[in-house]
Amino acid sequence: MAERGLVASESLAGCRPRAARTVLGQVVLPGEELLLPEQEETDGPGVAGERPLRLNAGVRSRLRVVCGPGLRRCGDRLLVTKCGRLRHKEPGCGSSGGIYWVDSQQKRYVPVKGDHVIGIVTAKSGDIFKVDVGGSEPASLSYLAFEGATKRNRPNVQVGDLIYGQFVVANKDMEPEMVCIDSCGRANGMGVIGQDGLLFKVTLGLIRKLLAPDCEIIQEVGKLYPLEIVFGMNGRIWVKAKTIQQTLILANILEACEHMTADQRKQIFARLAES
Amino acid sequence: MKETPLSNCERRFLLRAIEEKKRLDGRQTYDYRNIKISFGTDYGCCIVELGKTRVLGQVSCELVAPKLNRATEGILFFNLELSQMAAPSFEPGRQSDLLVKLNRLLERCLRNSKCIDTESLCVVAGEKVWQIRVDLHLLNHDGNIIDAASIAAIVALCHFRRPDVSVQGEEVTLYTPEERDPVALSIHHMPICVSFAFFQQGTYLLVDPNEREERVMDGLLVIAMNKHREICTIQSSGGIMLLKDQVLRCSKIAGVKVAEITELIQKALENDQKVRKEGGKFGFAESIANQRITTFKMEKAPIDTSDVEEKAEEIIAEAEPPSEVVSKPVLWTSGTAQIGEGVENSWGDLEDSEKDEDEGGSDEAVILDKMKMDTGVEVSDIGSQDAPIVLSDSEEEEMIILEPDKNPKKISTQTSAKQEKAPIKKPVKRRKKKRTAN
Repeated sequence: MAERGLVASESLAGCRPRAARTVLGQVVLPGEELLLPEQEETDGPGVAGERPLRLNAGVRSRLRVVCGPGLRRCGDRLLVTKCGRLRHKEPGCGSSGGIYWVDSQQKRYVPVKGDHVIGIVTAKSGDIFKVDVGGSEPASLSYLAFEGATKRNRPNVQVGDLIYGQFVVANKDMEPEMVCIDSCGRANGMGVIGQDGLLFKVTLGLIRKLLAPDCEIIQEVGKLYPLEIVFGMNGRIWVKAKTIQQTLILANILEACEHMTADQRKQIFARLAES
Repeated sequence: MKETPLSNCERRFLLRAIEEKKRLDGRQTYDYRNIKISFGTDYGCCIVELGKTRVLGQVSCELVAPKLNRATEGILFFNLELSQMAAPSFEPGRQSDLLVKLNRLLERCLRNSKCIDTESLCVVAGEKVWQIRVDLHLLNHDGNIIDAASIAAIVALCHFRRPDVSVQGEEVTLYTPEERDPVALSIHHMPICVSFAFFQQGTYLLVDPNEREERVMDGLLVIAMNKHREICTIQSSGGIMLLKDQVLRCSKIAGVKVAEITELIQKALENDQKVRKEGGKFGFAESIANQRITTFKMEKAPIDTSDVEEKAEEIIAEAEPPSEVVSKPVLWTSGTAQIGEGVENSWGDLEDSEKDEDEGGSDEAVILDKMKMDTGVEVSDIGSQDAPIVLSDSEEEEMIILEPDKNPKKISTQTSAKQEKAPIKKPVKRRKKKRTAN
């Protein structure tokens, strides 16, 4: 890692922004600027300072590229704001240019709109609940934001309960707001999480890894015991199995998964399956 | 920051698990977490890790006047600090209750048990005694701070060496570590705290609670004991009612645990002693392993460093500070003007060199900045006038200086390193080097 960092800083000293395409999978550092694909072609012969004259200066036929976590638009380029590896995903439809993001490791959660999180109710005040989601402020949750809730039919939520919901408002200027229904008014799995089970905290990167489609870990865990599991993007996982022993085993496996290689994991699962 | 609240579901789960005699990390009810002791390069510095709870201990000493009512005893001073990095809820003003409680317990455990011989710390009775100061910092809070802190304190005290002192009549000599080896403190015994957490009104008991178990516990019993099974301190908090046989049972368990921990401490101290004596590497850099946070690896990227020196030289050669642009042209003669003053001249003094009367034909010439000379730039001679001191290995040995009012000349910047010889007929002067003070 140190060598890559040196190469990266050398290019920073050279002050030439690199093309995002060439840096995929490599470590990028905050402050680097990356060129988007169509831009790089026009800049190619323009290194000497010349630019081809455009008749229509404002309009460019550019691909629509989505800027994911860790990146920010800076003029025409992408500015890296977190250190980690640069990733890219081709779009399904083929019209837009895909999505770029930086894979970084973090434990502290920052609320993002649309994220599904597990929160703990800390206070009930009037019509809203205050829910701790691990961010800098508690989120507010209205009692009407549950499926089938009306003014007379209030949901049964106590202080200390676990809530699975998503953010509708989450920016740095306002306190975050969450709801337990989707846009159609259905719960879709959200709401109060059951009474038993164990809640524990892991890093955000592990959650993203576990929520990726075709995650092997989840498939293998599912083969061991029947279980219920809820992943919150704020690093919290709720897990419930038939007995306490099984729940504890699952919790420890998921926490340890972060630091194990695939082989070690398979060995552990094999051992558990025997016993 | 506020502490993350404990949800009902977690509390219920933990209590049910304890009823079934299961702990979150798979320990038994009387098991301690892994204790790891590592020493720093200085004597008296150590880090103790009890599971994930980490405490840093440092002992220092100083010669001071003794207390008035205890003229022949040294002074001991203990201090435990909860660093903000230990838990998000620790803030500079906030954690006073917990802090006071921990500090009081630590003081009672170490001071009142008289584990350190304070009489041996006396140098001159009534005038000079050693003041030993033990500073403990909590680096990470994962439960059971008091155990980790007491282990760190006693390990640091055992590891510490104070400078040697000799008293001859009226004369007191303090030796530096280089003159005489520093001397260990005289420690009678090693008291170590053992914590017991009680749940469900004293029905269930756990040794060495971790952070989550501490949050759901009803009460805490701390027993400080040494390996000779002497109880140094005992404290019960939380307001639970304990039965007599429960307390006796706890003290028996504490005896066993303290014996194990004392053995571990002795082994760690011996290892460190051995490594220091053999001249091996010691210190935190060796004993605390690098922690990996992910399992992803990257292949090493080979970097070609062969042209680094050339590049560096290029950068250094080109990196002249740019002179400020003064947009005031000064007209010397028709066809000749000067803008700005250029960089300081490092070649020589205008007055001492002969003027060259030739005109024309000279490709280039250097302008000695008269204005600079007139403003009194300091010139200091180095050596005699006869022997020119070569300050650079430039091949240029001659210099042609042309007067501004007699000859037309061209302006060239000072930054070029080489200058071509101008073809002239007159003899050229030898260059004298004078140093201009910056």
